[in-house]
Amino acid sequence: MTENERTIAVDETGSPGPRHPSGVTTLGSVAARSAATRRPADLSAAAAVTLEHVSVSFGRQVAVRDVTLELPARQVTALVGPSGCGKTTLLRAINRLHDHTGGRVDGSIRIGDLDVYAPRTPPELVRGRIGMVFQRPNPFPTMSIYDNVVAGLRFNGIRRKSLLKDAAESALRHAALWDIVKDQLHAPAVRLSGGQQQRLCIARALAVYPEILLMDEPCSALDPIATAKIEDLITALSPEVTIVLVTHNMFQAARVADRAAVFLLGDDRVGELVETGPTAEVFTSPFDPRTTAYVEGRVG
Amino acid sequence: MNRSRDAVAVGRDDSVLVGDEGRRTSGRSRAFVQDAARRSLWRRRLAGRAGRLACALALVVGLAPLVAELAYTTARGVRGISFGFFVHAPTPPGIPGGGISTAIVGTAQIIGLALAVAVPVGLCAALFLYERPGRLATGLRFSADVLAGVPSIVIGIFAYALVVRGLHHFSDLAASFAIAVLMVPIMIRANEEAMRTVPVDLWEAGVALGARRSRVARSVVVRSAVPGLVSGNLLAVARGVGETAPLLFTVAAPTAAMTLLIFSEGTEALPAAQETAWATAFVLLAFVLALSVTSRVVAWGLTRRAR
Repeated sequence: MTENERTIAVDETGSPGPRHPSGVTTLGSVAARSAATRRPADLSAAAAVTLEHVSVSFGRQVAVRDVTLELPARQVTALVGPSGCGKTTLLRAINRLHDHTGGRVDGSIRIGDLDVYAPRTPPELVRGRIGMVFQRPNPFPTMSIYDNVVAGLRFNGIRRKSLLKDAAESALRHAALWDIVKDQLHAPAVRLSGGQQQRLCIARALAVYPEILLMDEPCSALDPIATAKIEDLITALSPEVTIVLVTHNMFQAARVADRAAVFLLGDDRVGELVETGPTAEVFTSPFDPRTTAYVEGRVG
Repeated sequence: MNRSRDAVAVGRDDSVLVGDEGRRTSGRSRAFVQDAARRSLWRRRLAGRAGRLACALALVVGLAPLVAELAYTTARGVRGISFGFFVHAPTPPGIPGGGISTAIVGTAQIIGLALAVAVPVGLCAALFLYERPGRLATGLRFSADVLAGVPSIVIGIFAYALVVRGLHHFSDLAASFAIAVLMVPIMIRANEEAMRTVPVDLWEAGVALGARRSRVARSVVVRSAVPGLVSGNLLAVARGVGETAPLLFTVAAPTAAMTLLIFSEGTEALPAAQETAWATAFVLLAFVLALSVTSRVVAWGLTRRAR
């Protein structure tokens, strides 16, 4: 990516960052500006999720290797890097989605005190504490807007109508969707626009009161305005829930993330964690030369 | 013609589209490609037209037997249709005024009982194939395919050996058993296909909400697959209604099912019997056709409501 293309990329996402004296927006300036406007990240925050020497492999093919990473509570951590370097694979390891795709997870992942991959840990227990938002909006097409939001609660055996109603309203408000849908709660969910569907999916994930929200490139199928709304939402939610955001858009990471974890392909085509730290630092003064190369657009 | 003139115009604009460096070579290869495209245009048009003609012909050849069958059966059968035909029991040969009420009721009973067994079995088996991929599932899927390919008369003999001999008499129960055996493999495969069309995104969304797999299967997969499930099962019913061979070995009397009645009356020399057979065939055909159309409409309606 050249400087020029980056400027375009920022403009496309609808929220241009501050301009460089030369008129060019740089990653570092976006990160510094957004860090300054956000509440200061609590650097002493306890880790919500701890990954130790985590590798994920499919058969003989190792997708991502030996990742040790702490995701601090109530902060936004962005996993960035070129496609195919295992960001999404790692994200899906956190809520055990690989149980069903034939992926093998080595190492240890802990959520607080809960060992995610302990033999006696039921995957449902892990997933009950984690919400997930996918690349493409995937509301349940057979269900109404309301049924979508409370689906997670119903799936987990909650039937009290008053409780479901309150949870739905609260989740929709958190997803900045309540005012739009409050009069059509029983309309089919798929009647909403793409961006609204994605916010509905966020509301659906929030309705089960998760501690952690995994977001797998939540804006990749959305237009710039919808993207900006989701980004605002991420910032607004971060004081309440730990967010892990996979994105290939470094400017998005710079805008919304407190911390960034950079993944790159190693020499043997296996994804690796190269560097992690506060976003502004990672993007302005990375200590690993490979990060510098990636951030400056020379690799990836 | 228009198109080729445009191409020339674009070709002239080379210098704008291509940088100064690669201009000459690029201009030459563009001219070559456009020239080749223009020269082959008439041939491609002809091929396209020939292809379209062949498709239309195939459509006619494919549809002709269906249309002929419908027309002939209607022409021969519609004369015998009256209110009495539906509500009266068959009369012995030579006595006028008989109907086919016993056959209609018998077929309904046989199919109804067969459905009561086959639908749940087909659904559960399909869920198993969907939820537990592996060697066992592959084996079961293969068995279902084999069973679907077994000639229906063999299934009839099987039902005879198992149920008729077991109970010591012919019965609708034995017929239902045979028809159920016939329908189950069709239903399993149709159901599984319907479930496979449910996007994996939805399944993952359900699982990621902390739901147990059984709950996701019920509330997400089966619910989203309902249109396909309904149309698949109705097609299996249409198939079951039309079966004759398994009934030959299991039903007590030829008046107990429509297909058997067609067979027994149609092989009589009496004109009245012939007419009854044609009329029954018409009723059966209309029913199966209605079922197919219903399955389409239901599937369409459910899909539309889901959107």
